[in-house]
Amino acid sequence: MSHRRIRFYGAAGQIGTIAVTLLGLLLLTFFIGRLMPADPVRAIIGEDATRETYEQVYRSLGLDRPLWEQFFYYLRDVFTGNFGTSIRTGQPVIQDILHVMPATIELATFAILIGAGLGVPLGVFAAVNKDRWPDHVVRVFSLFGHSMPIFWTGMIALIVFYAHFGLVGGSGRMDQFYIGLVDERTGFLLIDSLIAGEMDVFWSAVNHIILPATLLGYSSSAYITRMTRSFMLDQLGQEYVTTARVKGLSRNQTIWQHAFINIRVQLVTIIALAYGSLLEGAVLIETVFAWPGFGQYLTNNLITGDMNAVMTCVLIVGVIFIGLNLLSDVLYRIFDPRTR
Amino acid sequence: MEKPILELENLRIRYGGASSEAVRGVSFTLGRERLGIVGESGSGKSTVGRALLRLLPGATITADTLRFGEQDLLTLSEKEMLKVRGRRMSMILQDPKFSLNPIRRVGDQVAETYLRHFKCSKAESRDKALIMLEAVKIRDPKRVYDQYPHEISGGMGQRVMIAMMLLADPDLVIADEPTSALDVTVRLQVLNILDGLVRDRGIGLIMISHDLNLVRNFCDRVLIMYAGRVVETLAARDLDKAEHPYTRGLLAAQPRIGGGRAPLAVLDRQPEWLEEKA
Repeated sequence: MSHRRIRFYGAAGQIGTIAVTLLGLLLLTFFIGRLMPADPVRAIIGEDATRETYEQVYRSLGLDRPLWEQFFYYLRDVFTGNFGTSIRTGQPVIQDILHVMPATIELATFAILIGAGLGVPLGVFAAVNKDRWPDHVVRVFSLFGHSMPIFWTGMIALIVFYAHFGLVGGSGRMDQFYIGLVDERTGFLLIDSLIAGEMDVFWSAVNHIILPATLLGYSSSAYITRMTRSFMLDQLGQEYVTTARVKGLSRNQTIWQHAFINIRVQLVTIIALAYGSLLEGAVLIETVFAWPGFGQYLTNNLITGDMNAVMTCVLIVGVIFIGLNLLSDVLYRIFDPRTR
Repeated sequence: MEKPILELENLRIRYGGASSEAVRGVSFTLGRERLGIVGESGSGKSTVGRALLRLLPGATITADTLRFGEQDLLTLSEKEMLKVRGRRMSMILQDPKFSLNPIRRVGDQVAETYLRHFKCSKAESRDKALIMLEAVKIRDPKRVYDQYPHEISGGMGQRVMIAMMLLADPDLVIADEPTSALDVTVRLQVLNILDGLVRDRGIGLIMISHDLNLVRNFCDRVLIMYAGRVVETLAARDLDKAEHPYTRGLLAAQPRIGGGRAPLAVLDRQPEWLEEKA
């Protein structure tokens, strides 16, 4: 069989897998919506409505139909971009999500840059110093990041760096004073303020994002550090590392030009997954820092039983992870000749 | 006699934290010849090889003399060692399946040796690598250059390894069980290539092996190691006249084609072998 054909089947197989996964995801969100202990009808009409109104709304939502038919309608809605209206806000769900997502993406992106920037070098450092004191120091450092509850570190950090030293901004995405000053074009405050040329707003936003992003980054760096360390140890134990040394490469050249290069795909994969869980929303840190993001939105919807919104949020999280897995598959094919 | 390439006297190696030495007082000199080191697993033969390249992290190496050409390997700094490894002394490792970087083109891995030691462009190092791949009798070097280790056979991989390690034209090559991982059918082929190159270029060769017949055919001189010591040194052609009971025992344990079906002799280890001097 020719290479091209293999590759074609590979891509076709990939698309098939994604389609099946997506269908499974839709089934899941659909049943979450049906099994949620909240009554969607009551959520709309309130507790005092008459029985007739109840019946009427019940029918208008299509709840009297058989389940498979309801699922079919759900599929049709999703594929036509109709995710329903949020009961809580009265707006189309998709519009709400487009509003909260940029705040979360901004925070998660900063956080993952810090997390990877911290975790990857520390992991390599720990691996090349295995079982010596630098390894132990790194282990303790990352264990702290992993095990300290983030709502607690969040509050302590606010007290210390904001209230006491005044080094950074407090809660929210920018200082109160600047709210509403910049047009929301992309929803990304850092970008919007640059477009508008409002440097004050931009720096205020940077000031506000730095603390929650650092805390989130620190906590996700724990995982990245541990994984980097074990990937590196795995490579450093391989015989080709000895070969490189025999050829006359220095220890550092061997570590970075051979071992590290060989773990880059695995690294990208775990960093992408860490990024995914950050995008899913860091409810705790968003709450502590009054960050109007996806995590808070999802939690509020769960509490109020806003079915359409919850289903859509779960769907989005699922799609994000499918996308990240796809990305890592593609990267493996590009960078690892053995998978071609 | 010409000046030896390598002289070592009373080499002792202890791995960090180990209670006894892995190599206990090994001495030999090496000219432009092919020296075989034979011994069973754990006899310290590979440790000697890696100690010469100073690639034993955490091990303590001592010796009365450890001279390589004009240099004292014991006192060379790591920086100076970087100019020795690959350039003047190199090592062929056992299994190309593991000793080649799995995600790099084999040609680039060969060329890296040249790039590391000579000021030259990528294209120049590529040309050098191609010439060397041809020298190890790879039929289509240009095609093989762009292949990855998993795409080539074991015998081919070991030829690539030889090319990589001889590219910078070293004075001494250590071959650490160079054919143990290969199919029996290609062993001889690979050894003949190595042998030819080593002879043509006047390179000193240390062949570490547990295969007496292989060493007999491809070496001038043989060192028999047991428990970190050299128990006997003799010319390869005199292997049958070995006197040490350990060597005799090893020879007796070899099966012979058409040699009857009696059970093979089993080594009867004597405690005094551990202590007596070669």
